[in-house]
Amino acid sequence: MANLRINGAARTVAADDDIPLLWVLREQLQMTGTKYGCGIAQCGACTVHIDGRAARACVTPAAVLQGREVVTIEGVSGDVARAVQETWRRLDVAQCGYCQSGQIMSAIALLSEIRRPSDADIDAAMTGNVCRCATYVRIRAAIHEAATTLGA
Amino acid sequence: MSARVVPLIAAAATLVATATALAPMMARAQAGRTLSAPSAFAGIRDPAARSAAMFTEAGKVLQHPRCLNCHPDGDRPTQGDGYPHQPAVQRGADGLGVTTMRCATCHQAANFDAGHVPGNPKWQLAPVAMAWQKRTLGQICEQVKDPARNGGHSLAEIVEHMAKDELVGWAWTPGVGREPAPGTQAAFGSLVKAWADSGAACPTR
Repeated sequence: MANLRINGAARTVAADDDIPLLWVLREQLQMTGTKYGCGIAQCGACTVHIDGRAARACVTPAAVLQGREVVTIEGVSGDVARAVQETWRRLDVAQCGYCQSGQIMSAIALLSEIRRPSDADIDAAMTGNVCRCATYVRIRAAIHEAATTLGA
Repeated sequence: MSARVVPLIAAAATLVATATALAPMMARAQAGRTLSAPSAFAGIRDPAARSAAMFTEAGKVLQHPRCLNCHPDGDRPTQGDGYPHQPAVQRGADGLGVTTMRCATCHQAANFDAGHVPGNPKWQLAPVAMAWQKRTLGQICEQVKDPARNGGHSLAEIVEHMAKDELVGWAWTPGVGREPAPGTQAAFGSLVKAWADSGAACPTR
């Protein structure tokens, strides 16, 4: 049993200690915006924010959720999130779209920490988010454009 | 002797021969998983040679993948038996990663076996000055003794660290799918202490 906040709302979660947060979100709470890709922290499709930082929901056990602040693609908000959403749409970044929830959550986390990231910053931050459609070039362009939009 | 029995005897002989041939290999593999006690080196008369031999024995742990993987000589750790860490994480300024790819993005305070991800409260990379990959055991030994490259620690503090530190101790409880370091942390600690007490001589290579 863990008391935590998900997208700003207080939640009580009843799950065994080794149940991953991703299962809690998708199965218990029906929040299916966060995707299951690999289950072993290799693809980034399940990226959420925990206490303001990017985290992989598939390898975050319920045992560590007590008192944490979780934000998912359904609830992420603010200037950076808005800028990323708009540039993602403008550049038509997504192809099949499966990885994009995780890509966007990582991009928001990056821009929240570095307002004007270099190509190297972007590559280092996004390397854990795999895209089978290889939309990497548009992802990088969208992050640069979102940074410009934010007036960094 | 009937015609039916002869092939059986031949098959049995082959099995025995195979087992005999495999025995030394299995003994060596077993030796790789255990650590000799300091007393095992009492027969070496030259004190420096004895001290260096004890460090060489402790080196089974120092150069085991559980330790080497997070002592890289570059900015990216290795994992498993020593292949590049996946995903391609970077060391970062504090040895804990960069922006969205921090150690804690995936690694928790404990192993998470369901996701095959190891964890410890102190999970982090060793500083570049403490790189062990691509070093000989003799070089590692000199490095471990050198306060300029060991975080400013005395030999006594190094012994304490090896014997008691919880991140060092993780090497013996690494979670599913990962081979533990040889022996136990206590056995490793006693070897390192005996090495330090006997003059902390280093292997020549």
